[in-house]
Amino acid sequence: MSKQIIVPFGPQHPVLPEPIHLDLVLEDERVIEAIPSIGYVHRGLEKLIEKRDYKDYVFIAERICGICSFIHSATYCEAIEEVMKVEVPRRATFLRTIWSECSRMHSHLLWMGCFADSMGYENLFMNSWRIREKILDILERTTGGRVIQGVCRVGGVSRDIQKEELDKISGDLNELIPDLKELTRVFEEDATVQMRTKGIGLLPKDKAWELGAVGPVIRGSGISVDTRLTGYGAYGELDFKPVVKNECDCYARCLVRAEELFTSIDLIQQAIDQIPGGDVKIPVKGNPCGEFFARAEQPRGEVIHYVKANGKKNLVRHRVRTPTLANIAPLVTMLAGCELADVPVIVLTIDPCIGCMER
Amino acid sequence: MKAGINALTAIKAMIKGPVTRRYPYVPANVTQATRGQLTLDIDKCIFCGLCRMHCPAGAIEVSKPDRTWQVDQFRCVICGCCVDYCPKNCMKIEQTYLTPSKERIILKFTGAPVQEISDQSPEQS
Repeated sequence: MSKQIIVPFGPQHPVLPEPIHLDLVLEDERVIEAIPSIGYVHRGLEKLIEKRDYKDYVFIAERICGICSFIHSATYCEAIEEVMKVEVPRRATFLRTIWSECSRMHSHLLWMGCFADSMGYENLFMNSWRIREKILDILERTTGGRVIQGVCRVGGVSRDIQKEELDKISGDLNELIPDLKELTRVFEEDATVQMRTKGIGLLPKDKAWELGAVGPVIRGSGISVDTRLTGYGAYGELDFKPVVKNECDCYARCLVRAEELFTSIDLIQQAIDQIPGGDVKIPVKGNPCGEFFARAEQPRGEVIHYVKANGKKNLVRHRVRTPTLANIAPLVTMLAGCELADVPVIVLTIDPCIGCMER
Repeated sequence: MKAGINALTAIKAMIKGPVTRRYPYVPANVTQATRGQLTLDIDKCIFCGLCRMHCPAGAIEVSKPDRTWQVDQFRCVICGCCVDYCPKNCMKIEQTYLTPSKERIILKFTGAPVQEISDQSPEQS
């Protein structure tokens, strides 16, 4: 038996966009065990709820994550609206859906770029981010912010999108489809991608379910779990089917994300076709009293926002369960038994968002 | 499994040239909705302090006795929360982004002194 050594991976590592530390117990080049440790970017955002007005906290909730920011603010608003029994205008829920799906697209494209970069495929990385810019342009045009949109409010949204602009978005997305197809084709067929991802980082179906994986990680293991199916927001009125792959490896998780881009475009087109008229925001008066769990599907999986209020302007508790935390246990399982050179690729397939996880 | 299938896209990109721009030498592409930086029309400001109370980043400081209003532009996250709350609509978000700087930029405005006007008015009457 070879001698075991421990190699530290992170918190500063070229492949990691954010800091997480893994102690890799190695036997020769093979990983026997991975011990994660977190806590490098804790900002205490949940505690801030005790000092900020519940309406102003939307801006802080949005800054929990720097990528899937819009969905955080929308989910927080949904939780507060449910506690206060506020009926949000239907147009606002559709607009939230459109922006959520745009956020999902830009997050997936960012991930595809980072993933290509983790394999050393710089050209694919540049291409993914070039396409992502077009989604960011749509977001900037309609909300004013490229990544942090800042349009969600308790009781609706602060900006409307006019009919001409909606048609323009639809046209822009149609123009984007050939580029995305080409990008997806590269991820599906390219020899480099396949050699680095096929059969690597296996997470069997039963293990994924048992460990509570969420998002593309569990869908890449053949289980159709998607919070959007619960019909929150406008998703109940839109028709879609989650992308599920059965290979259970890094390749499957990569393809799930690539194909979800087309699902998102389809959902945005449906929302644009079905969007009703009317107001986008209703005035909300008074303070919340009660508690609620709001669930939403982020690009990385299911997020839960729990709020508890006692009738004052500051909430008693705000708790967020982010998808990355749920995917850490499956990650440790995937890493056990892999080669050291495959660790960066496997770590990136869960799309780790550490800033989001530690808040 | 194929090799080099991304070559065509790479060649096209090389012919077309870069899609990025040499910011800040070339101005950023902004839209009507872009949130660039926060400014204030000091003549309209009544120094009520609502913007300071609601600022999520704690970037604004208002002093009613001194009649000053200041924003730390490096702390400001340009969320637009203050603009929503302002009762006099004296705050505005400009489209142009903040110029990069090594020093912390604090934008300070001082209002016209009310005291002197009220002192002068009895003399005039």
